[in-house]
Amino acid sequence: MTLLRVRALSAFYGDFQALFGVSLDVAEGETVAVIGANGAGKSTLLRALAGALPVPREVVTFDGQPVGGRPAHALVDRGIVLVPEGRKIFPSLSVQENLLVGAHRRRPGPWTPERVYRLFPVLGERRAQPGTNLSGGEQQMLAIGRGLMANPRLLLVDEISLGLAPLVVQHLYAVLEAVKVEGTTLLVVEQDVSRVLAMAQRVYCFRKGSVSLHDVPSRLTREQIASAYFGA
Amino acid sequence: MVWADTIVQGILLGGLYALFATGLSLIFGVMRLVNLAHGDFSILAAFLAVVAVQMLDVGPLLALGLVVPVMAVVGYGLQRLVLNRLLGRGILPAVLVTFGLSVVIQNGLLETFSADSHRLNAGGLETASLPLGGGIAVGWFPLLTFAVAVLLLVGLQLLIGRTALGRAFRAASDDRETAELMGIDNGRLYGLAMALSLAIVAVAGVFLGIRTTFTFASGPDRLLFAFEAVIIGGLGSLWGTLVGGVILGVAQTTGARFSPGWGVLAGHLVFLAVLLLRPSGLFAKSQRVDS
Repeated sequence: MTLLRVRALSAFYGDFQALFGVSLDVAEGETVAVIGANGAGKSTLLRALAGALPVPREVVTFDGQPVGGRPAHALVDRGIVLVPEGRKIFPSLSVQENLLVGAHRRRPGPWTPERVYRLFPVLGERRAQPGTNLSGGEQQMLAIGRGLMANPRLLLVDEISLGLAPLVVQHLYAVLEAVKVEGTTLLVVEQDVSRVLAMAQRVYCFRKGSVSLHDVPSRLTREQIASAYFGA
Repeated sequence: MVWADTIVQGILLGGLYALFATGLSLIFGVMRLVNLAHGDFSILAAFLAVVAVQMLDVGPLLALGLVVPVMAVVGYGLQRLVLNRLLGRGILPAVLVTFGLSVVIQNGLLETFSADSHRLNAGGLETASLPLGGGIAVGWFPLLTFAVAVLLLVGLQLLIGRTALGRAFRAASDDRETAELMGIDNGRLYGLAMALSLAIVAVAGVFLGIRTTFTFASGPDRLLFAFEAVIIGGLGSLWGTLVGGVILGVAQTTGARFSPGWGVLAGHLVFLAVLLLRPSGLFAKSQRVDS
């Protein structure tokens, strides 16, 4: 069943058009990857889906309902939750408080701070410290944990590998794997192509604000990806 | 002993200034909005108390039970209907609009209550005093004002540090866009912050009206003292606001001891000195709400 359906989405930052008629589907329980070079519009897509950019109502449907352009907090109520690019941890809040902000809407579900700490024990050890005292990798764990605290149906994940050591990235993806197994639908934006192709059921490649390639990872060759990525 | 008396009176006066400054500091911390009508709202609250006292035949302290919620509702409505539309475009639009509001409130009060000075009568409480021996006596009312200021600050600190609402205030103060993405409804949150701000300044306005006379035009002075207390104490620090109020109060009573005309001037000079020597204030950690 299609959970998220995007049809001909265009998005703008002022006069600058970042997305040109993007269409995309995500089925319930599926993991979909979005890859592409810097500036291809990947993060813009996630921000538009999360309610941070104005989009027409009918362009995005979630669980059969048109939700385009709804305010972010209303989308969180429906279970669309973003783990933003650059982590965006709140510096005035402790680790635990950052998690609790994720649960601000009190959407029912299984996630509690204790459950996040079982997933990332280091966060539990440092729960009373300011969130931005953590290392980059730990902050990324916190950002994922904060997103999970909203009990998402669809988790939008933006470049969690950015600037992190390969071992840390491996750990983060193992956690996403576990989240996926529990039935949360994932839409993952990533530059680390091989990492995300190993995990996703389907992949969309973006180039200059449009979808340049869309397929099942196992059917794609390295050359196809390279040409979709950089242009032929 | 004269000096000890002067300083005690100044400290207690500082409690009143902290009451004026707290709401101003809170909304600047949460949403970077400078409310130039803040002082006028306190005077509006004092006039509301005048009406409530006449209509309900109660004392001004009891009238607070009506005035505070009314001002909170005014704050919430004002924020949601007007001020929220101005945010995110820099600090200037809100400064202009609240300046206009200040003019509107003053003229509304002038039309309704004339230019006469008014006073709230608390049935002798304002003149009752507690002798401390050695020629020093402190008024019960300034003591009560100071105690209320401290209690409100403690309450506000608990709210900001321990509750979901306070957590949301701090998150929105750090990063409004990410706060919104995490599910915080900033429009509503800002409405609640302004409600809280005007509820606190309503208490300040009524206490001012019991302490001294006021007219429709008394607001801007209050705003100035509130700004001075906030800047001396340091933006974003609740207890800094109290210390700032106390320093301003002591400077004013000390200056007035030399000559009655020097009180306000001495306050301004201390404020300028702090601005020169410690521009970020005495207790500023950063420009955000601090628990």
